[in-house]
Amino acid sequence: MKTNRLCVNLAGLNLANPTMLASGILGLSADSFSNIVTGGAGAIVTKSVGLKPRKGYPNPTIVQTRCGLINAMGLPNPGVEGFVKEIREAKSLSVPVIVSVYGFSAKEYATVAKKAVDAGADAVELNVSCPHVRETGSEIGQNPEILAEVVREVKATVEIPVFVKLSPNVTKIAEIAETAARAGADVLTAVNTVRAMVIDVETAIPILSNRIGGLSGPAIKSIAVRSVYEIYEKVELPIIGSGGITNWRDAVEFLLAGATAIQIGTALAQKGPNVFRAITRGMNAYLRRKGFKSVNEIVGLSHHN
Amino acid sequence: MSVYRITTNKLRTTRILSVKTETTTVKTFTFKDRQCAKAKPGQFLMLWIPSVDEIPLSILDAKNELVSVVVKKVGEATRALHKKKVSELIGVRGPFGNSFTMKEGRILMVSGGTGTAPILFLAKKLASRATRLVFVIGAKTRDELLFVNESKRLFGKGKMHVIVTTEDGSYGVKGLATTPLQSLLAKERFDTVYTCGPELMMLKVFDLAEKYGIALEASFERLMRCAIGLCGSCVIGKYRVCRDGPVFTTEHLREITNEFGISKRDFNGRKIPIK
Repeated sequence: MKTNRLCVNLAGLNLANPTMLASGILGLSADSFSNIVTGGAGAIVTKSVGLKPRKGYPNPTIVQTRCGLINAMGLPNPGVEGFVKEIREAKSLSVPVIVSVYGFSAKEYATVAKKAVDAGADAVELNVSCPHVRETGSEIGQNPEILAEVVREVKATVEIPVFVKLSPNVTKIAEIAETAARAGADVLTAVNTVRAMVIDVETAIPILSNRIGGLSGPAIKSIAVRSVYEIYEKVELPIIGSGGITNWRDAVEFLLAGATAIQIGTALAQKGPNVFRAITRGMNAYLRRKGFKSVNEIVGLSHHN
Repeated sequence: MSVYRITTNKLRTTRILSVKTETTTVKTFTFKDRQCAKAKPGQFLMLWIPSVDEIPLSILDAKNELVSVVVKKVGEATRALHKKKVSELIGVRGPFGNSFTMKEGRILMVSGGTGTAPILFLAKKLASRATRLVFVIGAKTRDELLFVNESKRLFGKGKMHVIVTTEDGSYGVKGLATTPLQSLLAKERFDTVYTCGPELMMLKVFDLAEKYGIALEASFERLMRCAIGLCGSCVIGKYRVCRDGPVFTTEHLREITNEFGISKRDFNGRKIPIK
């Protein structure tokens, strides 16, 4: 949709609209990104890539629940070097390409980020919040000292914007957000999935092969909205809201809580790639109806009420 | 694009009602599942072998709340499943994916290995509306042939005809399932070809269908994880096999000729060659 009303800026990246593909969803091939961009996404975030290829966990890696999905994929990815070609191809899609990176040390995060930059990434999003792989993800993002070290190391290594994706599995998310901000983060994404599990009652066996995974979808939306709200009060950085957004009302709610942009993942299962366009249109109609000239005018609006 | 109601497709456990040994490496499992019993030919389900794995399986038959799947012993998960007996618990979700289009007219079906399962399911539904039906079933050896007797009984008379091929010539025509096609297509006109089996076989069928200008539908197999179009494990070109497939038409296949029969993605998402 070509209208200035919906343009947003994230640490220097211009998005034609505030909807983004969340990391982990269909994010390993340039052809898939093309479908997402055709569906109207303002930016894409790739699946998380690390230094080395990783197979991920055996199936079941996903469990469908009443109001969402629990996944424990285990970060399958071809390694950043095996991913360079896809990043280069994705660059032709005319939307910002944000590469999600993970590592098992601050150095590793920085090395992967550097390789992503060399391949053409417009920004990196640090996955310090994956809840189901040990010694990375949320094990980093839940520990302020290690988190700060990782963010500082990456910031010292790359010159593009650094997004930090936060875990909701912490006592005070705003404090973790402040830590990331002080360490140099440019944008905060809130939130990753919520640690969860499902046990089959007939067999008494946890269904996921990893037993515990991360819950996404409508079940976590209100947790994510509250997280964005709390972070907005403490941190000046742009926030990307993520968690259970399915329609334009959800998206607007996140903006009112303080998000500048939003990410969509699980809703793609129900609605397909056109969910981006549907949400953007709905937001545009809302802004017009309410008399706002720019989507930026509603960011954090609920804090004044 | 079809829309899934995630909430109504949760994994459910069910007991195995029957196990039939088809060959030394292939068994058919039947169980009760209301949702999968509504599956159309070409759709697949995800079958959970508790504490072991969850695997995609195409559906051999679905009616009266019962579902049958054909399982070849190829790895850890299928070995574990083969050890299961009647009344043991398994998990099911699905049915997933699109299905074969129900065409009329002169139909050619070409299947190899366990790919015969969804094609046989389709043949049963299509037989009454086809004006001609030729069903080619291929395998490496006589011992590995699947559903030949049943197919001959159902589709061996009148306007219908079954051709069996084995690579070692131990039964039927010696050669690949594609071997009899050249002469068949040269003397007979078909409106639609349906195929499922090894990808290189399907590629040959596709090339022949293109040569003779026949509409084709082919059912694909790829690594599957989520089965609901999210994880990207099964992508082929811009399509997700779990969601946009597993059945692809001539139009789709022309868009993915750089991957069809050439490459697939492994567990870490890298493209690897198809042998």
